[in-house]
Amino acid sequence: MNFTLKIWRQKDAKSKGAFEYYKVDNISADTSFLEMLDILNNNLIHEGKEPVAFDHDCREGICGMCSLHIDGEAHGPSQGATTCQIYMRKFKDGATITIEPWRSAAFPVIKDLVVNRSAYDQILQAGGFISVRTNSVPDANAMPIPKADADESMDAAACIGCGACAATCKNGSAMLFVAARVSSLAKLPQGRVEGARRAKAMVAKMDELGFGNCTNTGACQAECPKSISIAHIARLNREFLSAKFED
Amino acid sequence: MALKLDAKIPAGELAQKWSNHKAAIKVVSPANKRKLDVIIVGTGLGGASAAASLGELGYNVKIFCIQDSPRRAHSIAAQGGINAAKNYQNDNDSVYRLFYDTIKGGDYRAREANVYRLAEVSNLIIDQCVAQGVPFAREYGGLLANRSFGGAQVSRTFYARGQTGQQLLLGAYAALNKEIAAGSVKSYPRHEMLDIVIEDGEAKGIIARNLVTGEIERHGAHAVVIATGGYGNVFFLSTNAMASNGSAAFQCYRKGAGFANPCFTQIHPTCIPVHGDQQSKLTLMSESLRNDGRIWVPKKIEDVKAIRSGAKKPSDIAEEDRDYYLERRYPAFGNLVPRDVASRAAKERCDAGFGVNETGLAVFLDFKTAIERLGKEIIKQRYGNLFDMYEEITDVSPYEEPMQIFPAVHYTMGGIWVDYNLMTTIPGLYAIGEANFSDHGANRLGASALMQGLADGYFVLPYTIGDYLSHKIQAPKVKTDTPAFDQAEKDVKEKIAKLFSIKGKQSVDDIHKKLGHIMWENVGMARTKESLEKAIAEIQALRKEFWQDVKLVGSENEFNVELEKALRLADFLELGELMARDALNREESCGGHFRSEHQTEEGEAKRDDENFVYAAVWEYKGMDEAPELTKEPLNFEFVHPAQRNYKD
Repeated sequence: MNFTLKIWRQKDAKSKGAFEYYKVDNISADTSFLEMLDILNNNLIHEGKEPVAFDHDCREGICGMCSLHIDGEAHGPSQGATTCQIYMRKFKDGATITIEPWRSAAFPVIKDLVVNRSAYDQILQAGGFISVRTNSVPDANAMPIPKADADESMDAAACIGCGACAATCKNGSAMLFVAARVSSLAKLPQGRVEGARRAKAMVAKMDELGFGNCTNTGACQAECPKSISIAHIARLNREFLSAKFED
Repeated sequence: MALKLDAKIPAGELAQKWSNHKAAIKVVSPANKRKLDVIIVGTGLGGASAAASLGELGYNVKIFCIQDSPRRAHSIAAQGGINAAKNYQNDNDSVYRLFYDTIKGGDYRAREANVYRLAEVSNLIIDQCVAQGVPFAREYGGLLANRSFGGAQVSRTFYARGQTGQQLLLGAYAALNKEIAAGSVKSYPRHEMLDIVIEDGEAKGIIARNLVTGEIERHGAHAVVIATGGYGNVFFLSTNAMASNGSAAFQCYRKGAGFANPCFTQIHPTCIPVHGDQQSKLTLMSESLRNDGRIWVPKKIEDVKAIRSGAKKPSDIAEEDRDYYLERRYPAFGNLVPRDVASRAAKERCDAGFGVNETGLAVFLDFKTAIERLGKEIIKQRYGNLFDMYEEITDVSPYEEPMQIFPAVHYTMGGIWVDYNLMTTIPGLYAIGEANFSDHGANRLGASALMQGLADGYFVLPYTIGDYLSHKIQAPKVKTDTPAFDQAEKDVKEKIAKLFSIKGKQSVDDIHKKLGHIMWENVGMARTKESLEKAIAEIQALRKEFWQDVKLVGSENEFNVELEKALRLADFLELGELMARDALNREESCGGHFRSEHQTEEGEAKRDDENFVYAAVWEYKGMDEAPELTKEPLNFEFVHPAQRNYKD
């Protein structure tokens, strides 16, 4: 298969970027999208040109390192998959594919397709944990947890922190990301103790870092590679409101 | 001068060693902890749990990772589960049984005292993780669920769907975030350690490169902990993440730390086969599939040819024309033999010409019998996500046709030599998790890697490092304007300048692929004296080629992925040779190390307990010099090594 790639190139955070066009030929349909970029980069290096910088690591859809807007969609054309899980058979032979970094005020570009997502770390540092000390805990089976609650907690905990939700949202809101963590811990008795404090602190940090407000468009859920439900946002809102009410 | 190896194994009964040791070692007062600095490199299960625990104790911790966030370390990709000796299933599990299974699974090449301690603290890990909010699988009664894994006759594996590594790492990362928020830990993402600084014979800090700006930084501390995982990517293709590397461990080795059992590599039997020469990485299909899947190749070579040409589909092959070779060779364990045995058996069939894809390097993993017996719905419930992942990658539905699988490099049991305190041969330098060599012997059991990472980080290192740091309470802040730091920084900068100056013709990946090919063909699943000698010569030649012909673009003062890869490959080109040398020295077969000259008449691994009951610890002598071997004898006081048998 042959493709034309329209790729965002940007030297560093301070420079202005622009699209550039590249050709890649003889790509097998079984090649993954990122392997296709590896092939492009190897060609560029042989031509003495700078390869395209992009984030990636595990290449099995779990580390959350890969990103990319492909033809306007976060993580490309597949539902419930990350960019590293896309294969070239999903594209038409001869197609022009547009590849851009996450576009979000809170995720500034570092180089080409690589962005800085440390804002997500900062939100979790504000309260996305249960305050237990190492070795100061009861037996794991001391507190039974209904299976349905544990399963729902796991649904939310599947978030890989890739940033697709905020990058897709027209308001640049990180609500799905924040909700996934708040909801995952809120469904467990261990997480209830600090529930109110956590919801307030994480929402406040999100606002402080320049993420936008949620207007329930549902775009985040549609693009989430782990199909996290916006029902968790409803739970976050409940947690947040009841926390405010207690004040 | 040979290395001085003192494993510092406490005296006394096996079950008392750890308690006695904890009682005997020194502690540091809270006021003094505030004055002590610790550097941790790597944020996987080992590094994140250690940093969180040490920060909580009051030390000043700096933690470094190459990814954009600590949460992305490769521990996150572990699927299956984590072992613990809770005996929640009432199946007569115990600390001793977990210890025994691990020693036996490692083919009697691990230290008894370390493994017993690992089994002992395994239960604390589960308690800790549940308290952190890790959503482990549960039964309807609300209690924790378990399942079985290879090499065990009890159900002791705790799991969170197929994402156990992710959930445990998010737990450790949350604990780390708590300490970052409290100010006790400072995090340095997108930073790579490029050298370890040794002064007066002790670890005093690191040289790190800021991967965004390219700036070379100095960081001093009273102790340094290496938690950077394994070196499986020396093979280019492996199930490791793309950036996983052996460089931090290798710098320690280069500066004098002993490196133990480098040849012990785990090749996992169920991975998706290589599809062409442009592939970047291999995908693991969980070991759990072997519960219901049957592994086979055709009996007749004409059927193999027909399948390869597309004239026949696998489902066209009649039952009597299929060779279920694991069931044939190992009737008692069948498809559930340990990883090393299953991998070698697949290689044997493919070497004989029965590989079922166009490259001849694949066997079938078939669910036909299970679907007939249980129905498609049950199989979907059990393995649906894995089947979907397989179909996404290969465009073949495992419900219709069997999966194609082939072994791939997955984990390295070898690593930096450490004593019972997890300290390397360099005082003040520690190694934890996959980066050290200590607990898995020659073969790791499934669901034990997560256990070891968290055991080291939460429950072992926080105590043992205190014993060393108790001698440092009078020591001032480590200064980084000393000759040792000057020299280390100068060396790093010169190495980088040298790489840019070569201006050759081959990309880093071009050369890395060649190295991977040499390693896989000669230092892979079966090794011979001849293949290993060939590998050593070829790697030496390739290393020369690299230093004369590698091509880098861009500059050092910016985000430059090619430079990162080149620095890592430079170390892999030495590490690969070290692995081959270790494999050449070990004239026996054990666990993941199979020397074709040393096998039984039935083709099984043949250990040599007279001559090789030791950890082979290597000391660096220079890039083109032979390293020096020192042996740490392994004393089996409590279990008696026996031949592993999976036939009856």
